[in-house]
Amino acid sequence: MTRVVVTVMPKDGVLDPQGQAVERALRQLGFDEVDGVRIGKRIELDVPAGDAEGTARRMCEQLLANPLIEDFTIKVDG
Amino acid sequence: MVAVVRFPGTLDHDSAARAARAAGSEATYAWYADSELPAGTRAVVLPGGFSYGDHLRPGAIASRAPIMAAVRRHAEAGGLVLGICNGFQVLCEAGLLPGALRPNASLSFVCRQAELEVADTETPFTRKAPATLSIPIKNHDGAWFGDPATARIVLRYKGENPLGAVDAVAGVANAAGNVMGLMPHPEEACDPLLGSTDGLALFRALAAA
Repeated sequence: MTRVVVTVMPKDGVLDPQGQAVERALRQLGFDEVDGVRIGKRIELDVPAGDAEGTARRMCEQLLANPLIEDFTIKVDG
Repeated sequence: MVAVVRFPGTLDHDSAARAARAAGSEATYAWYADSELPAGTRAVVLPGGFSYGDHLRPGAIASRAPIMAAVRRHAEAGGLVLGICNGFQVLCEAGLLPGALRPNASLSFVCRQAELEVADTETPFTRKAPATLSIPIKNHDGAWFGDPATARIVLRYKGENPLGAVDAVAGVANAAGNVMGLMPHPEEACDPLLGSTDGLALFRALAAA
């Protein structure tokens, strides 16, 4: 099995109220230098070696990400 | 016959069936794992709730359930499909309606009465509806995101934009108008005891199908 890590993030321009709330909280803690927070999700998949990336890509396209509002990246752990 | 679809985690199926009956139609349930709608189905309701616990994205997993192939065939044949709240999310995730539903701008669960204006009176759902509707909203992920220039916008919030939707959109339809989704809960506005009967207009449209 190969471990594949999929990262799904809200697209630029899509409201990310979670990121905004965390950014405000960071400022309250004194992190004035923070300039933008985006929150997405990390999905770890164990799939058969071989075309692990292609398999993960099809999974993203069919379910894991919504292309209207989300971008995804795929990283195959070596 | 109105078929109300039940997924694991659906909550508002009884209210939707009651509203359909109050509007003069028979109502029955369709099960998510089935591959066909009940015999005699003339219109379909995808009711509110939290199908699959809202895991991944609200409506995402339900939109891939076996019954959705039958709902898609019904829609493509011109049959009426109404998605309410989670049902709206399911229809967007299924690609049967434009756009997607994002977490509310306030990050709060919003539960209150909403005043709506009917922006499109040419759909089967809204042809006989009043120009404005008072219908409650109750959701956490109800901010519609999409392109209002290309989507068929059916309902907008009047006054404030309680969930942070693009263009204050509360409900949309497909291009043909036979599939509609909305975040407000018309099934909770079908009895004078609940303060409004404006939701009946949508269910009467289903009853007339």
